[in-house]
Amino acid sequence: MTTTVDPGAPHRMRRLRSSRSSRGARSARGTRRTAVAWVFLAPFAVVFLLYTAIPTVAALGFSLTDLRGADLRHPFAVDFTGLENYLRLFQDQSFLRDILNTGLFVVVGVPLTMGLGFALAVALNSGIRRLRGVFRTVFFAPVVTNVVAVALIWQYAFNSDGTVNKVLGAVGLAGPNWLDDPNLAMPVVILLGVWRNFGTAMVLFLAGLQAIPEDMYEAAALDGAGRWRQLRHITLPLLLPTTLMVSVLLTVFYLQVFDEPYLLTDGGPLGSTESMALYTYHQFGSGEFGVSSAASFVMLLLVALVSAVQFRLLRSRS
Amino acid sequence: MTVLATPATTRPTADPATDRATAPRRSLSRPLLYGALVLCALLTLLPFVWVVGGSLRSLAEIRSDPGAWVPHHVTLDNFTRLFRTAGFGRFLVNSVVVAALVVAGNIVAASAAGYALAKLDFAGRRVAFGAVMAAMMVPFSTVFVTQFVLTVDMGLADTLTGIALPGVALPLSVFIMRQYAMSIPDELLEAARIDGAGEFRIFFRIFLPLAGPAVATITIMSFLSSWNNFIWPLIVAQSMDTYTLPVGLAATSQAAAHVTDYGLLLAGAIVVMLPVLVLFLFLQRYFVQGISGSGMR
Repeated sequence: MTTTVDPGAPHRMRRLRSSRSSRGARSARGTRRTAVAWVFLAPFAVVFLLYTAIPTVAALGFSLTDLRGADLRHPFAVDFTGLENYLRLFQDQSFLRDILNTGLFVVVGVPLTMGLGFALAVALNSGIRRLRGVFRTVFFAPVVTNVVAVALIWQYAFNSDGTVNKVLGAVGLAGPNWLDDPNLAMPVVILLGVWRNFGTAMVLFLAGLQAIPEDMYEAAALDGAGRWRQLRHITLPLLLPTTLMVSVLLTVFYLQVFDEPYLLTDGGPLGSTESMALYTYHQFGSGEFGVSSAASFVMLLLVALVSAVQFRLLRSRS
Repeated sequence: MTVLATPATTRPTADPATDRATAPRRSLSRPLLYGALVLCALLTLLPFVWVVGGSLRSLAEIRSDPGAWVPHHVTLDNFTRLFRTAGFGRFLVNSVVVAALVVAGNIVAASAAGYALAKLDFAGRRVAFGAVMAAMMVPFSTVFVTQFVLTVDMGLADTLTGIALPGVALPLSVFIMRQYAMSIPDELLEAARIDGAGEFRIFFRIFLPLAGPAVATITIMSFLSSWNNFIWPLIVAQSMDTYTLPVGLAATSQAAAHVTDYGLLLAGAIVVMLPVLVLFLFLQRYFVQGISGSGMR
């Protein structure tokens, strides 16, 4: 972080002329300053403690007990079961399947979202002057739309007699039953995720592209480098930090994916679209708070791991 | 910004060397580029077209021809049913109340905290900033069970306050305000300090009037997060009286599972989407700033 000027300095200069010892004055000022600062921080701090810090620690605690929904009235009367919930998790076929499903979301969703966002950012940045604002608005609109609403539109479109199959029928293809087919539901769910998120990737890439100095391209052009070589030797290397940041952001997002599979299929058919986040929710719904918390902690560790890798890479760069 | 400093209609006359290197390619690739962009834009907009078309069709018409999305005759019947019988008026009011609480809370909490983190030198500053960063990374799945238990214990289950509270001091808002406050010169505040102004006075009189853009971004971001929030209100709200719009819409769609009343549901989808889309069209800059702020760490 940056080093800031010590705001107390001018006061101390004047204080030195006062009868009190400078050290006493300094610490008095320091504690007062600290007290004032914490008054400013208080509203955030209270909400942070109540809704982030305590719940995270408590979730760890819950995950080591057999807490069930029925015990809510007296949560401290539950039994400590150690790592039993975690052992149960990793013997649970459906949790293992959900880890794989979530991995599929990441492995397919992240590159698709990034690729589309990157391609559009480069297109909008390469000499498109007219309609650039319009295009940007259109591509960013899905990011701000409500997922419940969009999921409904998706269901309407991918219904067995929905719009997509109507279009397929028009060209003589028999449309499948998208969301009821264990092999086809996942692509439809991922498509919704990509549609909602590529705008974010595009905006971040655009910001990165606009930070590249113009004269680098001009110099390359003088040396006779065409569009593709400029892209390969200037744009891609200089965008590496942006690419890293976007990939981590999207990975963390897809690791926690919940809304899309919940709304479109509720994890079905046959659990083929159930994500880890959806698993924690279903366990919570059936009153298994301990198991739910354990699963959520596995997720927390995964997210922390990805974030740690990001910090490492950013450090090694700078 | 771009390689070209001239309107694309005329032949580019940038630097002659640049021109020679890329002009032949460009003349060919330009229509292709526009074509590809227009195609992508149309595909992106398709869902919006479907939702408008579907919401204007009568129930009978959708039953007879489910997949079509151009109404044979336009009707607003779905929208009237939405507010008359499906209870969407109540959901709308609830969504507005929750969003108002969240936005107000974020403006207060994030302005104060962001200012302290950027402009005050105090014991525990690094810890406090670390907490802000950590809070952004904790998955909702990890905390929602405890948050729910806490909400029940505080007697806030099935209340709008209970829905709003976890979102009233978003770490992202604090982060945005801190980043902005860093850009305000210390000299401005220092001058007031030398004149003997207290820290609170400096904050309200000098800092806040300068922080308008950051306050606007925070307002937009916290409104968006509240309006589009789905899982948490779904968990907290237990009766139709406390449903927010997304929860009400999802509940309506599940209730109608056997006879899917798509006209009604798509009309509901429009009611949920429209306020944000209208705001977005007018205040796009703040949306983009807020979202890209979330990625700038």
